[in-house]
Amino acid sequence: MANEVILLDFWPSMFGMRTRIALREKGVEFEYRDEDLWNKSPLLLETNPVHKKVPVLIHNSKPVCESTIQVQYIDEVWSDKNPILPSDPYQRAQARFWVDFIDEKMYDAQRKVWGTKGEEQETGKKEFIELLKTLESELGDKTYFGGDDFGYVDIGLIGFYSWFHAYEKYGNLNIESECPKLIAWAKTCMQRESVAKSLPDSEKVIEFVTEIRKKFMIE
Amino acid sequence: MASDEVKVIGAWASPFVMRPRIALNLKSVSYEFLQETFGSKSELLLKSNPVHKKIPVLIHADKPVCESNIIVEYVDETWSTSGPSMLPSNPYDRAIARFWAAYIDEKWFPSLKSILQAEGEEEKKAVLAQVEEGTALLEKAFIDCSKGKPFFNGEHVGYLDIAFGCFLGWLRVTELAAGHKVLDEAKTPSLSKWAEQFCNDPAVKPVMPDTATLAEFAKKIFAKPAA
Repeated sequence: MANEVILLDFWPSMFGMRTRIALREKGVEFEYRDEDLWNKSPLLLETNPVHKKVPVLIHNSKPVCESTIQVQYIDEVWSDKNPILPSDPYQRAQARFWVDFIDEKMYDAQRKVWGTKGEEQETGKKEFIELLKTLESELGDKTYFGGDDFGYVDIGLIGFYSWFHAYEKYGNLNIESECPKLIAWAKTCMQRESVAKSLPDSEKVIEFVTEIRKKFMIE
Repeated sequence: MASDEVKVIGAWASPFVMRPRIALNLKSVSYEFLQETFGSKSELLLKSNPVHKKIPVLIHADKPVCESNIIVEYVDETWSTSGPSMLPSNPYDRAIARFWAAYIDEKWFPSLKSILQAEGEEEKKAVLAQVEEGTALLEKAFIDCSKGKPFFNGEHVGYLDIAFGCFLGWLRVTELAAGHKVLDEAKTPSLSKWAEQFCNDPAVKPVMPDTATLAEFAKKIFAKPAA
């Protein structure tokens, strides 16, 4: 049976980026469909009735929801090349731990950096930099989070890199001076075709954030 | 040389701690249970889980694994030849099991917890409605996942059974406190049957606290300070 893969996504979503990267790592052909989150398609609402969120991966008409679950699914279905999770159970547990950490903490912290002002923003900025430093310390001197090979944690985190210039602009931050190793890691990841193709241009993200701020933030 | 010893740092009342304990029981792996004192954190806990400082932590041959659902997968993968697999073999079914486990932690349990913390009848009613909505979704998920078998995982207790079943004690306590049943034969017939079988499973029974003891404990930790 032919593989039909559709990805319901939203171009600036750092979560959608994970799934895009995973599919490209495996060389899977897929149809990318950009959603208007303020006017969600019937297909999105039908395939993710519980959360009504992107990304949704639809493989041969069967939906898989939640980006980290999609990445693991992709790794298990297309297991013949470019393994994403390590094979050793302990290493796998560590990889899952760090992606869970990213999921639990990063989104809210980064949201405060570009989406709030005053005290709330200052607290958000501190939290955000601390998170990046924790991740940087976990990376250590390795090329990738898993060691020599690009993998699950790299995929879990790299999407946020496309938002870094937006954080720097609106949060008045210099991420490279705070976390030089993390920036070096990000640049290494960007050299992979799967990543370069899956991340939007930083400038476009800044434009997007500017629009959102106009819409939702009181100046 | 690190021994192959397994330790679990946790507390008897924590549903999250129950998860690795059930998993280890399913795999017939013996372990040392290190109970944390309520209100304080041991040196070992802080050293083994410096990022979150939370229980449970599994320590295997001196190496820590944190986050309850991650520990369960680790146990399943490490002792893969011992006892049945805790996740389905089909990648799509695995994705579905992981989806519902994530839903339970992200949405269902937080709404259950907030019933005990709700102030006033209105708030309690609203939260109860949320929990019931979620439980109805899980009733359907059970029917889809179990495919006629006794557990979410089929013939045997597995990852999703553990992820949800660990909350049954607290669910009963909450039902008592709220004077309202969430899981019962009328509303959730399949889950009701599953709950009984889950609690009677030999891997679960020894670590599931009884409702009365848990209710006493709940009174203590949710007690409002004297005015």
